[in-house]
Amino acid sequence: MPYKILEKKEVAPSVHRVVIDAPDVAKAAKAGQFIILRIDEKGERIPLTIADFEKEIGTVTVIFQEMGKTTKQLAKLSAGESLEDFVGPLGTPADIKKFGTVILVGGGVGVAPIYPQAKAYTKAGNRVISIIGARNKDLLILEDEMRNASSELYIATDDGSKGHHGFVTDVMKKILDSDEKVERVVIIGPPIMMKVAAGVAFPYDVEILVSLNSIMVDGTGMCGGCRVTVDGKTRFTCVDGPEFDARKVDFVELMNRLAMYRGEEIKAVEKYEEECRCGLH
Amino acid sequence: MQEPHEGKTGKVKKERTPMPEQPADERRKNFNEVTLGYTKEDALAEASRCLACKDPKCVEGCPVNVDIPVFIKLICEEDFEGAIERIKGTNALPAICGRVCPQETQCEALCVLGKKGQPVAIGRLERFCADYERQKGVKVPEIPKSTGKKVVVVGSGPAGLTAAADLAKLGHKVTIFESLHKAGGVLSYGIPEFRLPKEIVRQEVEYIKNLGVEFRPNYIIGRIKTLDELCDEFDAVFLGTGAGLPNFMGIPGENFSGVYSANEFLTRVNLMKAYDPAYDTRIRRGKHVVVVGGGNVAMDSARSALRLGADEVSIVYRRGEDEMPARKEEIEHAKEEGIIFRFLTNPVRILGDEKFNVTAVECIKMELGEPDKSGRRSPVPVEGSEFATPADVVVIAIGTSPNPIIFKGSEGLEQNKKGTVVADEETGATSKCGVFAGGDVVTGAATVISAMGAGKKAAKAIDEYLKEK
Repeated sequence: MPYKILEKKEVAPSVHRVVIDAPDVAKAAKAGQFIILRIDEKGERIPLTIADFEKEIGTVTVIFQEMGKTTKQLAKLSAGESLEDFVGPLGTPADIKKFGTVILVGGGVGVAPIYPQAKAYTKAGNRVISIIGARNKDLLILEDEMRNASSELYIATDDGSKGHHGFVTDVMKKILDSDEKVERVVIIGPPIMMKVAAGVAFPYDVEILVSLNSIMVDGTGMCGGCRVTVDGKTRFTCVDGPEFDARKVDFVELMNRLAMYRGEEIKAVEKYEEECRCGLH
Repeated sequence: MQEPHEGKTGKVKKERTPMPEQPADERRKNFNEVTLGYTKEDALAEASRCLACKDPKCVEGCPVNVDIPVFIKLICEEDFEGAIERIKGTNALPAICGRVCPQETQCEALCVLGKKGQPVAIGRLERFCADYERQKGVKVPEIPKSTGKKVVVVGSGPAGLTAAADLAKLGHKVTIFESLHKAGGVLSYGIPEFRLPKEIVRQEVEYIKNLGVEFRPNYIIGRIKTLDELCDEFDAVFLGTGAGLPNFMGIPGENFSGVYSANEFLTRVNLMKAYDPAYDTRIRRGKHVVVVGGGNVAMDSARSALRLGADEVSIVYRRGEDEMPARKEEIEHAKEEGIIFRFLTNPVRILGDEKFNVTAVECIKMELGEPDKSGRRSPVPVEGSEFATPADVVVIAIGTSPNPIIFKGSEGLEQNKKGTVVADEETGATSKCGVFAGGDVVTGAATVISAMGAGKKAAKAIDEYLKEK
């Protein structure tokens, strides 16, 4: 049962937004959940966080950055083409209700999974302060969408080409230091960014959540490849997460586990790019 | 035609006809099927050993009660089509059962010939018939008149496929929901190609689709829909979701990279074909592989690791060889291929390097103490006997539990402490009206055929339930 690509757009260099026709997934999807897709019979199954969904028209949006072989291959597909498999929604939905003021921090492509959360927190009646960042202004995604979904939006770029010149953590710290009473901080981005940003928030009396992106196969608790140590206990990112209390996550283990197939991945990308040059793809 | 050919004259050979197989030093390098199957001559020779007992014990030993003496008689008459038809009357998946059933503890264990020599090789004969039919082209079965009733089957493993086939044959409209992208459950993700070629699973699934069963992959109950919603939309529900959650040991170092659950390792190899370079599936190909456990899944993991190119594969098991739950045939095959067995040995810690890659397994020697609840003597650690064995891949194959995801968002389904569903042994009926269950989700990890037996019983009970409804 193929899943048709309805729209595809490069929203930043090497960052793509893809809208998929997947009515069953769209109908059940909630903020904080993810999907697993497989391009074709010989492809691997990769998890991607849901960036948006439309229940009525039955579409699910994902945003991804070209990293490994599969995302590079995915980037080459166009609207009208199909994916072999698209399964979800997976993971425990984010626990969203009215808390008061919530800070949402998104780094790089991590802004994509933050977006449905911003909408959901706002809808639940929270004051949502969003901070989105990227290396430079060209790599910044979903700025308008995030502005619409948030009470306040701050931007940070490493090179200062837009917004605050520096890191998202600088802005977050400033807010946490202010009189604003913040109940919860949600941080999503590359693991190292989540580790560092969470570390900045640790001293404050605030709940800190991160959304993890472990390696997995099935996404239903069957393989256990997404094991992560939280509060000294082994948990499965796919069913117990992907959101966890940042203070309790063993980030070092997480990052090492994510590097498990790096050697193979580099070889696969080299081979794929060579094949592309030869006109095989 | 059912008259047993009594008064057999002459001596029956004590030994069964040997199964042709790939030589061990060849097959350890490939994923092709180990056993090659009987030729027509082999099958005729073996079938002629059957005494056609008037009161056949073998049939009682079969969880789905295949008409064993009758199909064997048809083989003797060279009516192979008749034989497979007879088998399929009660068993929807004969090519699979002929390969992976533990016949030695079921039908064959009760064969009269087994008292003085070797029992009739019933499994091999069943496989011969099924393979014969596949080569000829499987007949498309007649689809009966619709009853207008809709039944949903959750999970497309042996229990689900069997229940679906039987329900479809009774005229009910059956839909199967499967969470993975391919049908077959453990037959697809768990049992390796060299024991059960996936083409055979595909064809058996095709047969069930031809019965009019609708198959929906990538559909997770508990996420897309709840069990309660299924109860509203369908006239009855069968849960055959298996025992898909891997158990870990809870020892230090278990999360180092290179430590896999058997579920993950086998899924990457079987479902995702990591052994085939044309596939993008990643897997760590270890040089020194340690597999923990003593069941068929441990054997499958060890033999897969060997075929992926390991220099040395050892199985670490905390009890002795006699206590191993794996099939004798699988243990023999593993030994022939050069798998090292370390009995009465238990891992206590997994060691890794600064990048969190596994480097060794620290084990402790065990000795057998008093018998436990299962009647097996329970292993006790020998103090001070710890030793480390190098490993760059470790596979944990110590069992699985039912996956709780299916129960998310629904109520009223009674489960016991281990997470299995409480269901009537004869009917599969659960505490929830209209919901039936069978296979590993009820019993905990068991065999393909016992799951099929449960699927069969439940299908019958569901049919009766629908008639009364």
